[in-house]
Amino acid sequence: MIELRNLTKTFHTADTTVEALKNVSITVGDGDIFGIIGMSGAGKSTLVRCINMLERPDSGEVLIDGVDVGKLKNKELRNTRREVTMIFQGFNLLMQRTCLKNVMFPLELEGVKKADAKKRALELLEIVGLPDKANAYPAQLSGGQQQRVAIARALATDPKVLLCDEATSALDPKTSHAILDLIREINEKTGITVIIITHQMSVIEEVCSNVAILDHGEVAEQGRVVDIFTHPQSKAAKRLVFPEGEQEILVENADYRLRVIFGGAKAAGTPLIAQLAREKGIEANILGASTKAVGDKAYGNMLLSFADEASKDQAVEFLRTVNDISVEEVEV
Amino acid sequence: MSEFFASQDWLDTLDIVKTEVPLAIWETVYVTLISTLIALAIGLPLGVLLAVGDKDGIVPLPAPLRHFLNVLINLLRSVPFLILIVVVAPLTRVIIGKAFGTAASIVPLVIAAFPFIARLVEGSIREVNPNIVEMAQSTGASPFQIITKVLIPESVPSLISNITIALTTILGYTAMSGAIGGGGLGKLAINYGYYRYKYLVMIITVILLIILVQIFQSIGTKLSVVSDKRLKK
Repeated sequence: MIELRNLTKTFHTADTTVEALKNVSITVGDGDIFGIIGMSGAGKSTLVRCINMLERPDSGEVLIDGVDVGKLKNKELRNTRREVTMIFQGFNLLMQRTCLKNVMFPLELEGVKKADAKKRALELLEIVGLPDKANAYPAQLSGGQQQRVAIARALATDPKVLLCDEATSALDPKTSHAILDLIREINEKTGITVIIITHQMSVIEEVCSNVAILDHGEVAEQGRVVDIFTHPQSKAAKRLVFPEGEQEILVENADYRLRVIFGGAKAAGTPLIAQLAREKGIEANILGASTKAVGDKAYGNMLLSFADEASKDQAVEFLRTVNDISVEEVEV
Repeated sequence: MSEFFASQDWLDTLDIVKTEVPLAIWETVYVTLISTLIALAIGLPLGVLLAVGDKDGIVPLPAPLRHFLNVLINLLRSVPFLILIVVVAPLTRVIIGKAFGTAASIVPLVIAAFPFIARLVEGSIREVNPNIVEMAQSTGASPFQIITKVLIPESVPSLISNITIALTTILGYTAMSGAIGGGGLGKLAINYGYYRYKYLVMIITVILLIILVQIFQSIGTKLSVVSDKRLKK
């Protein structure tokens, strides 16, 4: 288990101070795929670097399985770093080494025998789907392939935790998808805890089960991805879940609005608006709608407007009878 | 034309070329290589130290030591080589036993070359992508491992091309050390061309020096390119 307690970090430059982290507390359970999402400058990269002490927090604690990482001596810290490995946006492979030698790098640091290290590295290249690239150099590979080599390298020391710092941000959507699949597959097979830093909601939706939303150095909201996706509470969360700014759709005359959130197959398969019109005689105007896949389920939300309060109330009554649906009144 | 090849001047030159040039080339090459090698042995670690020794570097050096090294290097680099030969003569006498001659010329050559090499190495090491250093740190590498397994191997192509620059510069310096009796093509040029007005000998030695620089540079460039795995396609 990873517990971040009240982390604070301030950067001082010549004429400004930037509070990168303000009292951040997050708990990540074993085997979880935990997302940390935020806009650029929200403090995500600083936060993830605090977990392995690449960046020292000004105050607060990082506990990994109960061990306060900030208090470790250099050598102990280096050993801990072998259990909490990292992949990066820019892959960061050693360009003058073959892929095989790149994967062997962490083992070499540990002093593992060369033959054993090579055997393990070949296994790992097999796992990430690049058994034929052992003797290729990174410059000969595509971005997605380089990230696979980086993942193999990160797994070489059998870590307990994998930190992904914008690991798919430099990749095209298809490759990004494939890399996330690989990460999920490895998580399922080995039970490794994964912490994913990203600015893309799609990454969170695709693989994470829990998420913390970071906004200007603070945790705006954290919890299960499904909950936050369906009922975002904070402004920052709403901005990420409804990036199109559905909230702000303006209608000249004041009307009555509902947000309908549906999760699961049943709701998606029900012709709600048609039923509403046919059975209740209520006309609803759709202001905006979207569906997204969270994990393996389809979730969606729809913003409806009604001509008067009575029909809105009737609609609420009707909609609440449908399974997998929740309704929220929206202030105009 | 045939008159020229029959002239006494040409015959003398031919004679000198036959008897003295092979030895002079050999002396120039070996003094250059030995001096570069020794200068490299001092300059490489020093350059690495300067590159990693920043305040927020991976092996932060105490500020006074860092400043001292920088001043020392700048100081040595600003003394013209011909003056340096004279200034270090007492030291040369202590080390070699005499202040002139081929062996003696190695001392000022090394003293002139190591600060130069240190700066070149510093530049090469600083070129290494800092994200890769961060990767090594996050993998649990010690500062020493970062230097030996990341910084130096990753900058090999750049190091080779910089050492080639140093080598050709030192080759030029060896010619200058002819002034204090350091053997080689420089001595030949000064002794015959300058003191005895044998311009032909001087021209030939200059051509030979140019050829040597060309050879060193071509080999260095080739090695640098071949060693760079980023260029493999």
